[in-house]
Amino acid sequence: MNNLMIIGQYVPGDSVIHRLDPRTKITVIFFFVVIVFFANNLWSYSTLIIFALLSMFSSKVPIRFILKGLTPVWFLIIFTFLLHLFITKEGTKVVDFWIFEFYSGGILQGIAISIRFFLLILVTSLLTLTTTPIEITDAVEEMLAPLKKVKFPVHELALMMSISLRFIPTLMQETEKISRAQASRGVDYRTGPLKERIKAIVPLLVPLFVSAFKRAEELAMAMEARGYRGGEGRSKLRELRIEKIDIGIYIFFIIVAAIVFATRSYG
Amino acid sequence: MDIIFKNVTHIYQPRSPFEHIALKDISLFIPSGSFVAVIGHTGSGKSTLISHLNGLSLPTEGEIRIGEFTLTKDKKPENLMELRSRVGVVFQYPEHQLFEESVRKDIAFGPKNFGVSEEEIESRIREVLPAVGLSESLLARSPFDLSGGQMRRVAIAGVLATKPEVIVLDEPTAGLDPRGQKEIMEMFYHLHHSENLTTVLVTHSMEDALKYADYVIILNKGKKYMEGKPEDIFIQKEALHQVGLDVPEIVEFIASFEEKFQTKIPFHNQSISQLAQHIAEQLRGVG
Ligand SMILES: Nc1ncnc2c1ncn2[C@@H]1O[C@H](COP(=O)(O)OP(=O)(O)O)[C@@H](O)[C@H]1O
Ligand SMILES: [Mg+2]
Repeated sequence: MNNLMIIGQYVPGDSVIHRLDPRTKITVIFFFVVIVFFANNLWSYSTLIIFALLSMFSSKVPIRFILKGLTPVWFLIIFTFLLHLFITKEGTKVVDFWIFEFYSGGILQGIAISIRFFLLILVTSLLTLTTTPIEITDAVEEMLAPLKKVKFPVHELALMMSISLRFIPTLMQETEKISRAQASRGVDYRTGPLKERIKAIVPLLVPLFVSAFKRAEELAMAMEARGYRGGEGRSKLRELRIEKIDIGIYIFFIIVAAIVFATRSYG
Repeated sequence: MDIIFKNVTHIYQPRSPFEHIALKDISLFIPSGSFVAVIGHTGSGKSTLISHLNGLSLPTEGEIRIGEFTLTKDKKPENLMELRSRVGVVFQYPEHQLFEESVRKDIAFGPKNFGVSEEEIESRIREVLPAVGLSESLLARSPFDLSGGQMRRVAIAGVLATKPEVIVLDEPTAGLDPRGQKEIMEMFYHLHHSENLTTVLVTHSMEDALKYADYVIILNKGKKYMEGKPEDIFIQKEALHQVGLDVPEIVEFIASFEEKFQTKIPFHNQSISQLAQHIAEQLRGVG
């Protein structure tokens, strides 16, 4: 648990990005993801990169931590780059050595796709790095609210989401605790033949399920005891409000989008 | 096995915003055969400390020796399994670790992993059951059908069945009724002597520490705050209060008694009946 779970884990803070309304963040990131696919030359990419880096710096999350969280996807980024390098045969031949034949088109496309990947992952992980799961859930509930008209169970969905998010850390802690307890009783998770290691999962899973069911039952009981009966007419402790800063970000983002569309090459 | 900590520091999630220094420059010596109580406020690092004793955690800095095993940064001993078979750990709420379909199988789980023969396991089960106060009729039952107190005893039996030389107890009586608490503690105290164990007890109960331990270590915010014999530690009311700990009731009582009657009753870890006798004599003398 010590080092694995930190990809995109919320880092408390009081930066501009932290204080934005979660709906603003989700909307902007959604359109950012769309616009990334419209960028196709140096200028449009630079605009997006500057926007992403600005967001990253103003989140005040330590850069090293963000980059470390990206480690699992570095591999993917490098892989797509190499794929394009070897497969795309456009433009002029730049390298011709033994079995390697690299074309300028391949290199450029490889770089472009890697940058896209990097931007997408950087910006989406900024969302989870600076927004508590509960804020994200609230935002989703608000944003999906129109679907209530067609009897879509928006509130229930949001509730399920927040309960799951709430219990992920608990379950991880529990997993850690039980695996330590079983390791102390001589279970070896790390060495030995595969069959033995798979068998070693049983002593971990059974107690986990037992406690998860117990927790679920207790939670249901506690909710009923406090008179919970769904979303109808329910008021909120935390009201989401669009502030000036949110408007500012929207305007800023629209300008960024306009620059991207103005500078990209057409035809 | 002697246990030696040399300048041990433990940091969780180092080099991240969640970095947390749980233990800081801890040095201690726990001689073989002693009964040591580790006391401290919640979050003071007690559980982290004891998780080093069977190699579940490794020190971020410093060195730990347990008998002939050495633990340093990034270096688990090669014979980790042997270390774990010789250091038994009863975790907080050990009943959460039960998983087998029968009580017998669950108790046998540890010894089996450590390569103990079937016959030997069977004889150990017969030995540990009475020790933890369970009857053999429960052996075929599912551990999940038992009461909370019985489940705890099954889990403890599972640790005892591995026949450890060092036993580590992390708040073993948390959540039990007062009678259950007393029974469990008496049981460990008895085993400590009859099996020549080295016992490390993490507890919140000053009474238990005073009653059973022959050495007390107080942790505060990951640092060693005090250590010594219980009768020397527990009279330092001010120092204990400073880290949010109380003194045992008997010490508290003696202090108020001394104040009220303007006498001196030296505290040397006497039992309640000895104390009563002493007071009776004093009062007679005064009156
Ligand atoms: N796996 C972990 N990751 C990060 N921090 C932890 C972890 N386990 C414990 N801690 C922190 O280390 C400190 C000491 O914890 P612990 O040893 O469990 O204390 P105690 O047992 O005395 O209550 C606590 O502040 C706790 O939050
Ligand atoms: Mg603890």
